[in-house]
Amino acid sequence: MKVLVPIKRVIDYNVKARVKSDNSDVDLTNVKMAMNPFCEIAIEEAIRLKEAGTANEVVAVTIGPKASQEQLRTALALGADKAIHIETDEKLESLHIAKLLAKIVEQETPELVILGKQSIDSDNNQTGQMLAALTKRGQGTFASKVVIENGKVNVTREVDGGLQTVALNLPAVVTTDLRLNEPRYASLPNIMKAKRKPLEVIAADSLGVDLTPRIQLISVEEPAKRTAGIIVEDVAQLVEKLKTEAKVI
Amino acid sequence: MKTLVIAEHDNGALKPETSKTINAAVKIGFPVDVLIAGNSLSAMSSHVASIDGVANVLVADNSVYEHQLAESMSDLVLSLSDTYSHIVASATTTGKNFMPRVAALLDVAQISEIIAVVDSDTFKRPIYAGNAIATVKSLDSKKVITVRASSFDLQGEQSAAAITSIDTVSDSQLSSFVSVEQTESERPELTAATVVISGGRGMQNGENFALLNGIADKLGAAIGASRAAVDAGFVPNDMQVGQTGKIVAPNLYIAVGISGAIQHLAGMKDSKVIVAINKDPDAPIFQVADYGLVADLFEVLPQLESAL
Repeated sequence: MKVLVPIKRVIDYNVKARVKSDNSDVDLTNVKMAMNPFCEIAIEEAIRLKEAGTANEVVAVTIGPKASQEQLRTALALGADKAIHIETDEKLESLHIAKLLAKIVEQETPELVILGKQSIDSDNNQTGQMLAALTKRGQGTFASKVVIENGKVNVTREVDGGLQTVALNLPAVVTTDLRLNEPRYASLPNIMKAKRKPLEVIAADSLGVDLTPRIQLISVEEPAKRTAGIIVEDVAQLVEKLKTEAKVI
Repeated sequence: MKTLVIAEHDNGALKPETSKTINAAVKIGFPVDVLIAGNSLSAMSSHVASIDGVANVLVADNSVYEHQLAESMSDLVLSLSDTYSHIVASATTTGKNFMPRVAALLDVAQISEIIAVVDSDTFKRPIYAGNAIATVKSLDSKKVITVRASSFDLQGEQSAAAITSIDTVSDSQLSSFVSVEQTESERPELTAATVVISGGRGMQNGENFALLNGIADKLGAAIGASRAAVDAGFVPNDMQVGQTGKIVAPNLYIAVGISGAIQHLAGMKDSKVIVAINKDPDAPIFQVADYGLVADLFEVLPQLESAL
């Protein structure tokens, strides 16, 4: 079966985002960018399905500016067979992304789409669910285990209070949680090989999707600052402060 | 203009997130109806009806909704959506699961995890792991919104609102429930607790988390963990506090053996008072802690327990 893995180029997770001085957005100039960590897990899962003989083709897709091809090459180096770049310089919303991805699902007809559960920049946690709705597929979100058998995919989900397992008819959409797997690193020979793998570029506005903004970003501010408090000497002083000063115990 | 809130519950009891989400919904400024979808809900509907600001309670009591699978939940909400301008749920794993599906079916954008209501179209939400707060305005005619419950207060009580039962049954047939593995705990729920004590990589192993039990008992606290402690297998993942785990804002948060990575701070930095116990004086957690104690946690925890 074919697996489609949408990925996103985001700020590196170790970098602390800085707000622009005019409060228009977060400043991403000269900031280290990388593949969203949840997308790395999605790619890894798809490749494991291929190694297990369950999947025969892994297609990576991204939507964004030209520079996003760097992350597609990473996906190819990790083991994806081909890549699709939907090129746009617009900052798109989850609904737009889901609609564009639905077009790719229509074109590629994957039996399984695996996405990260959220991107660490917008923290929306929406795209996978929206794509499932638009393609009328079942969804297994926040997956920590994925098992494919008898035309179904069993997804163990990380929910508040524990774990829940659901069975989805294929084709289906799965979003990954952190504990699904541990992503591998790309080896140098594989990085070299990835340069020769096919990468198709499609202009976002050629897919017939209405990309009019639905959400207006009014401003972006720094959160209220917390300042360092005091260092106490010992446990007795700590308990004393919590009782009399902070009055929380 | 009317708002529909979808209640968060476990079929037996209503979750405190619902009351806080209703608090956010009331701030939007229109009459609030609450939908409870699940199985055997009789006791819960009167509880919801007594929450201040609730105009009507809609009860969809059917075995199809027992596990609130996204496919049937979103079809149910869609079937009720005509008369509502705002559809709101808690940003719990349940709400996060079905709400974007509702939004896509309605062809509208979703605004995730709001922390404040500016006006009926405009909301504040954290982005980049809470390192920035975005003010966003929805341009859609219908707003689909999830609420970060820890940013809102519990709503007060009123005399009972009207209760209507909903007979629509939407079984998508796309998915089915297989099993659930609940983490058993006598302690208060992490997201609702007034005191939280969390352990990190510094706890060294799962057994050492028992050192937190006595303190948690004395403070009536919930026990949390950092992602490092969960990834190392010390404790189950539903104890994780952070950007990718639970968001808490208790009166007192005690971080033990936690360095204070960006991802962890995103889950607890709105706590009223933060205490850090760490032997590394340069740990970033001390930059946000109101009270810091630089010491070996294995020496300090027994002392703390006996001092309480």
